[in-house]
Amino acid sequence: MKKTAEDFAHIPGWGIDADPKNEPTYPNRHRTGEEHEGRSWVRPTQQVLDREVLHSIERPDYTAVVGNSVPPSGLSGMIRRFAFKYSENEYLHWLPLLMADKVNVVEGIIDDIAHGTVPNIWAEKGYNAQWKHDRSGMLVKIATAAAVTAGLVYWLMPKNDRSDKYVARGNYKSGSKR
Amino acid sequence: MLAMDFRGPKRVRAVQKPMPTILHPEDAIVKVLRTCICGSDLHLYNGNVPDTRVGMTFGHEFVGEIVEVGSEVTNVKVGDRVLVPFNIACGRCIFCKQGMFGNCHESNSEATAVGGFLGYAHTGGGHNGGQAEYARVPYANFGPTVIPAGMSLDDAVLLTDITPTGYQAAEMAGIQPGDTVVVFGAGPVGIMAARCCWLFGAGRVIIIDKEDYRLEFAQNFAKCEAYNFEKDMDDPVMFIKKQTDWIGADACIDAVGAEAAGNAMQTITGRKLLLQAGSATALHWAINSVRKGGVVSIVGVYGPTDNLVPIGNLINKGITMRGNQASVKRHLPRLIDHVMNGILKPSELITHRIPLEDVADGYRIFSAKLDNCIKPVLIPPTANA
Ligand SMILES: [Zn+2]
Ligand SMILES: [Zn+2]
Repeated sequence: MKKTAEDFAHIPGWGIDADPKNEPTYPNRHRTGEEHEGRSWVRPTQQVLDREVLHSIERPDYTAVVGNSVPPSGLSGMIRRFAFKYSENEYLHWLPLLMADKVNVVEGIIDDIAHGTVPNIWAEKGYNAQWKHDRSGMLVKIATAAAVTAGLVYWLMPKNDRSDKYVARGNYKSGSKR
Repeated sequence: MLAMDFRGPKRVRAVQKPMPTILHPEDAIVKVLRTCICGSDLHLYNGNVPDTRVGMTFGHEFVGEIVEVGSEVTNVKVGDRVLVPFNIACGRCIFCKQGMFGNCHESNSEATAVGGFLGYAHTGGGHNGGQAEYARVPYANFGPTVIPAGMSLDDAVLLTDITPTGYQAAEMAGIQPGDTVVVFGAGPVGIMAARCCWLFGAGRVIIIDKEDYRLEFAQNFAKCEAYNFEKDMDDPVMFIKKQTDWIGADACIDAVGAEAAGNAMQTITGRKLLLQAGSATALHWAINSVRKGGVVSIVGVYGPTDNLVPIGNLINKGITMRGNQASVKRHLPRLIDHVMNGILKPSELITHRIPLEDVADGYRIFSAKLDNCIKPVLIPPTANA
């Protein structure tokens, strides 16, 4: 079972980065002693906050640079602000954020429509590509979805309607509806 | 400018957005020439990462040309063609000083566990990414690295994340010459990790996945053994034990993360109900098939909530478990050498070149594993001008 280096001649660069001192905690062990001084480094210039940025309560302040892609807004923003009252150690931080994401999707659709855009869900989901490369799989999915929908509609229909229709069909010739 | 726009789970599009501007004296604006879709983008795309906001632009793997710099930028200049590491690192905090650039303490206000990432949700700092014609790059004195003359843009773009991530996966596995290493997941990172295991002197490299086309690709690119866990074995752990004289592998690499298939319980609790940080099937396999005293190296992305991992076995088996986001900048000098010397050719992973306008199709092709896709690269319309 033992192999020798000659076996690996066909692998370009075999063993080129092997290091007998390689141990898996590198570079955490690559220490200078400064880390014991805490937050002692010379911090970069603070970016001007031109919009609302949420920050983890596991740090006292903002990082020197912040992303500014999408500030919290609307109902999802309220949920996010709530989540950031809790540390990253808490479910109350992460689960509300996941919920806010779902609310945010609906807000996105409302926002699109308010700006006169009807979202092209088919294109946004990349179904053009799916149709091109996986037509049969997609047809199966569509058929399954249609069957499930039909089943659900039938199941959700008021019971009376269902039996009325059944009775009506069954007694058609008599012309009576019970 | 044209940019990718996230609208909700599995819904993205390309729209016109305002040009990014200099917001900090160490910022640079980069005109994007190549940008990839990454497996970790799919966690965002599927709605599994908390605080992924509608309207955000993804993209943490890109190369481009610097078109504007802030007043304190001295290391790069307008006109430089740069590759941009996916981690945003200040270069001076205690973590950066230790070479842990994926854990910078000055780039992500929203979370303290991870550093800031370009284009990776607000959990990654809320920075817009490079799936756009232009991108803002913070700490431009530190991250962006000039692409050496003679290196193709395609090779360069794969040095922004997956090559260093695969390389670090092998590094964290603590491989000693002759070791048997098992890589779970034959996505781009897993394939690259398998390739890099040889550079650390592995004696045997095995990769495990469920897509035949990926396994075939891995076999050619990484020159390793490749097995399908759905077809070639009943139980991956038993399979590895048998392959290693009933000892276990010296090191196991989890290159899958939260989207793992192969276990119904994990799928329900991790991917559907989101009760844990994603499906941890690959991690279970890694912990259970490594030998006692071995090393488990994790580069697959997991969400931030609890995990039902067999942590008891960490103690029982004396395993060293190691995971991190790759510190791209730390590996670049070595990896640039390897690419220039022909030891690695990362661009061979690229199977699809997609115009940025068709970003929705790109995400669909990659996420649904259509058309034998391994790695898609997006090309903004301005890249050719
Ligand atoms: Zn990536
Ligand atoms: Zn830092």
